[in-house]
Amino acid sequence: MSDVSTEDRPETAQAVDLHKEFESSGVKAVLEDLDATLIGLAPVKQRIRETAALLLVERARKQMGLAHETPTLHMSFTGNPGTGKTTVALRMADLLHRLGYIRKGHLVSVTRDDLVGQYIGHTAPKTKEILKKAMGGVLFIDEAYYLYRPENERDYGQEAIEILLQVMENNRDDLVVILAGYGDRMEKFFESNPGFRSRIAHHIDFPDYSDDELFHIAELMLRDLNYTLTPAAATALKEYVALRRRQRHFANARSMRNALDRARLRQANRLFQANAGPLDAEALSAIDEPDIRASRVFRGGLDSDPEPAA
Amino acid sequence: MRITQGAFSFLPDLTDEQITKQVQYCIDNGWAVSLEFTDDPHPRNTYWEMWGHPMFDNPDAAALMYELAECRKVYGDQYIRVVAFDATHGWESVRLSFIVNRPKEEPGFRLARQEMDGRNQRYTTISYAVDKPAGSRYA
Repeated sequence: MSDVSTEDRPETAQAVDLHKEFESSGVKAVLEDLDATLIGLAPVKQRIRETAALLLVERARKQMGLAHETPTLHMSFTGNPGTGKTTVALRMADLLHRLGYIRKGHLVSVTRDDLVGQYIGHTAPKTKEILKKAMGGVLFIDEAYYLYRPENERDYGQEAIEILLQVMENNRDDLVVILAGYGDRMEKFFESNPGFRSRIAHHIDFPDYSDDELFHIAELMLRDLNYTLTPAAATALKEYVALRRRQRHFANARSMRNALDRARLRQANRLFQANAGPLDAEALSAIDEPDIRASRVFRGGLDSDPEPAA
Repeated sequence: MRITQGAFSFLPDLTDEQITKQVQYCIDNGWAVSLEFTDDPHPRNTYWEMWGHPMFDNPDAAALMYELAECRKVYGDQYIRVVAFDATHGWESVRLSFIVNRPKEEPGFRLARQEMDGRNQRYTTISYAVDKPAGSRYA
C-alpha cells in the first residue's frame, strides 16, 4: 500500500534506503494501523501518506548532508461533525513522533476556553501556558474559528491569535499546530486572519462517510465493545444509517456512536424485562433487530423536535 | 570575578543545547523546572526573583527554553538560573540548580572588616554590584 507512494518520490535512486527507513522507523506500523482502524477517509489517508513520505525523504536528505529545511507541518483539518478529525490528529501526533519531528508525541487538545482569558492581561499568560504544555508535541485547536469574534472588537481572542501566530512561526521546531473545524466557518476564519492561512501548509478536508462506511464504522465500534449484530439487526442498522442521514443534526460517526449507545440501552432493558432465566455471553453481547428498530429515526425523526425533520 | 554557585559553575557557560539537555533530564525525572533571576549575586542571597511559575506539567524542555529567551530579553544583564524542584514526598526540595545567564561583567566582592571590642575583627563580603541602586547594577 503505502510503499508505493514512498517509492514514487523523486529520489528513486535511494528507494532502498527509504524503504528500510520506512520499515524501521515504525511509520509503516502507524500507516497500516491507520488503514486498518480508520474506515473511508481516502483523501485524508493519501495526504498523511504523502506527508510521511516527505518527512522520510527530508530525513534521508539530512543524513546524506544535502540541504534540508524542516518543513512547516502546521495543518488545518476541515470537515463536518463526526468525520474523525480528532482521531486523525491523535494519529498524526504519533506519526510525527515516530518520524522524529516532534520530540514527545503528545497531543494537547484545546478549545477557545483554554486559550482566551476573561479579563485584560489574562489571555497572554493563558495562551503561553498552553503553548508551553504542547511543546514537543501537537497542539490541537478544535473549532478554531471561535477564537476570532468579529462582532466584538474588544474580544480577547485576537490576542490569543497573535501569540499563536508568533509561536507557530518562531518555534516551528518545537510544536505542530493543528486547527480543526467545520469547512465553511474555517474558510471565513482564514479569510479574516490571512496570517493563519499562509502559516499552515497542509489543508486537509475530511469528506462525509458513505452509508456503507458508516455501517462498517458501527460494526467496528461494536466489535471493540464485544457486541455482535444479529443478521436482522444488521439489515435494520443499514436502513437506519440511510434514514438518519436525511434527518437533522446528523454527525457522521458520532451519530452512529450515539445510536449504538441507545441500542445497548434498549438491549439491556429487553434482557432485563424478558427475564428468561440464566443468560450466556452470546445473549449478553447480541444486539437484535428490535433494539435498533425501536429508534425514533424509523418513525420520522426526533420526537422532541417541533418542526418535522428535514 | 566569575561567581560559582549551583551546579556546573566551574565549567564554561553552558550552550543553549546543553541547557536543553540538562532541563530535559530534570523533566524526565519528574522535577518541576523554573527560572529565577537576581542582580545581587551574594552567595547568601538564596531567594532570587521568580520568572513566572514553576512548570509542573510541561513534558518538553522547549517550554523552559522559550521562557528563558523571554527572561533574557528583560533581564539579560543579570543572573538567571534554572531551578529543578522535586515535589515527591521526602524530598520536597530543589534537586538541581544552575546558572544559565550572567552579566557581561561581574565585578566581584570586597572584604569588609569591622573593628570590635578587644581588637576582635568581623569579616563580611559585599558585592561591588550592590553599591549601585537596583536597576543600574551591571548597566
